[in-house]
Amino acid sequence: MWENLSGYLNYWLAAVLLLIGLYGMLGRPNLVKKLMAMNILQVAAILFFIALAEKTGATAPIEVKGLHDVSAYVNPLPHALMLTAIVVGVSTTGVALALLIRIHRHFGTLEEPEILERMRL
Amino acid sequence: MTAHLPVLIVVLPLAAAVIVPLISLASAKAAFAVACLTLAAAAVASCKALSHVLAHGALRYELGGWAPPWGIEYVVDPLSGGVAALIALIAVCVVVYAGPQVNGGSSARGGMFHGLFLLLVTGLLGIVLTGDMFNLYVFLEISSLAAYALLASGGIRGTVATFRYLIVGTIAATFYLLGTGYLYALTGTLNMADMAVRLTAVMDTRAYGVAVVLIVIGLAIKAALFPLHGWLPDAYTYAPAPVTGFIAAVMAKVSAYALFRVLYFVTPAEGASAQALMLLGWVSVIAVLAGSILAMAQQDIRRMLAYSSVGQMGYIVLGFALGTPAALIGSLLHLFGHAVMKGCLFLAVGGIRWRTGIYRISDYAGMGRRMPLTMAAFVVAALAMIGLPPTLGFFSKWYLLSGAVEAGAWLFVIALVLSSLLGIVYFFRVFEFAYLKAPEAGQPTPPRQELPLHMLAPILVLTAAVLVFGLLNQQVVGGIIRHALPGALAP
Repeated sequence: MWENLSGYLNYWLAAVLLLIGLYGMLGRPNLVKKLMAMNILQVAAILFFIALAEKTGATAPIEVKGLHDVSAYVNPLPHALMLTAIVVGVSTTGVALALLIRIHRHFGTLEEPEILERMRL
Repeated sequence: MTAHLPVLIVVLPLAAAVIVPLISLASAKAAFAVACLTLAAAAVASCKALSHVLAHGALRYELGGWAPPWGIEYVVDPLSGGVAALIALIAVCVVVYAGPQVNGGSSARGGMFHGLFLLLVTGLLGIVLTGDMFNLYVFLEISSLAAYALLASGGIRGTVATFRYLIVGTIAATFYLLGTGYLYALTGTLNMADMAVRLTAVMDTRAYGVAVVLIVIGLAIKAALFPLHGWLPDAYTYAPAPVTGFIAAVMAKVSAYALFRVLYFVTPAEGASAQALMLLGWVSVIAVLAGSILAMAQQDIRRMLAYSSVGQMGYIVLGFALGTPAALIGSLLHLFGHAVMKGCLFLAVGGIRWRTGIYRISDYAGMGRRMPLTMAAFVVAALAMIGLPPTLGFFSKWYLLSGAVEAGAWLFVIALVLSSLLGIVYFFRVFEFAYLKAPEAGQPTPPRQELPLHMLAPILVLTAAVLVFGLLNQQVVGGIIRHALPGALAP
């Protein structure tokens, strides 16, 4: 059990963040908190990929003279992928904030139950 | 030239998406013309690529000259080429319908609307054509982001609905991304073809099972498969007419396509993906029935069509789950047919709302006389949805039914027939109001208010497509869809 936990600590951390994010997005009534939870969820996915790239004792994937062993460098591909995923995350957050500004201007609140109540009228 | 077609289909709308908003600062008409021409060019390119592929085999394009599996490749095979042509052709119809001023209740100015629309088309075409799992995620998010902006332009209710869709859509995309991460960890590749070869060695691991579950849940949310459809009705109901017309027609279909691509072309046939398909089968039976029952309960005609979409997505996934050649043909034909029919229905309904402000079914009294051509198009498309011969809807349901009979899945047969009967109920309610009920006595008969030509023409073209492709279904199935089936089932 302990070995399972410590050996995969990075992944457990990502899983915990994932669950926190999901809870926040589905369980919290405030729209800004939903958005923050969405960012936590995206960070969980990013950390998961970065953890995949990790190798014990390896260095950054920039060639060191005379060092040609693949295991001496971490895998650069997940980092490259996550750069794209971060950009996607930033754009999603931007669009969401724009929507929230419009919602706030119209309703004067960002609490979902209040908004739904006023839309029913 | 032919060698570059796969990338041109995606790059053309992408480039135009950047240029069109700039042109619109000078002239809205010129921006509209550029948008139309670009989409028409993309449609011609995809049709050309499709016909080339059917004659000479799959077309592969290495992006930036990097050979796969290291580089990203775009693949046009009969399946992706067919869906790409469908997307591009419907996009042309919708952009003409929207017109330079964007009729149909969008608050976005013309140039912005067309730019976002082109970006949405880029994303959907990219999902279809890419041969790389991570690239698919990027295009999924590009199309989603453009869709959020377009859906939100339909007023404050649309904005609230869009925010909820954004939250759910991001969960779906993140699940897909995590699933892709698991597959990458197992195989060390992101190229679909390469991954398909390497996955057979690791298909017994638990990580593989988790990957399939994550990807299937993510794409099922995007495809609005019941019970993960919660975002769809509100988003479709409050969006501007051209946006709903396009998104309802192709966006969920593209996610269904991605599901088909992953489960039939990437993952091995046995093991986790077979179990996922079995589960999807049961879920989609419930989706077919629940969608139709919920559609019957609606007063707002747009909401009725939205719930009917939930049911129809069930049909498509049901065919994937059955997995017999006839059922898969039925699914793909329904994917094609439903895109045309639902696009036509939403454009007609959106036009009626734009012209008269009417969207409640009970207010449709006398509509058959007020807008005869639009209503006639609605009736033809609705009859196709119900599945009356010789329309496209009849033949796709016929293939699905014979597939279910072939597989001996009698419960599925019952669900399919029952749902068609329910379809009769909710569509005939609209017919009854539009044609049989006279407007209230004492009120002056409203004048004839047909839609302007540029809105009417796309609706009529789609209506004609429902009939023509229904009559030509043999050619469509034999010429394209049979070749689009996965290797083991293809002729």
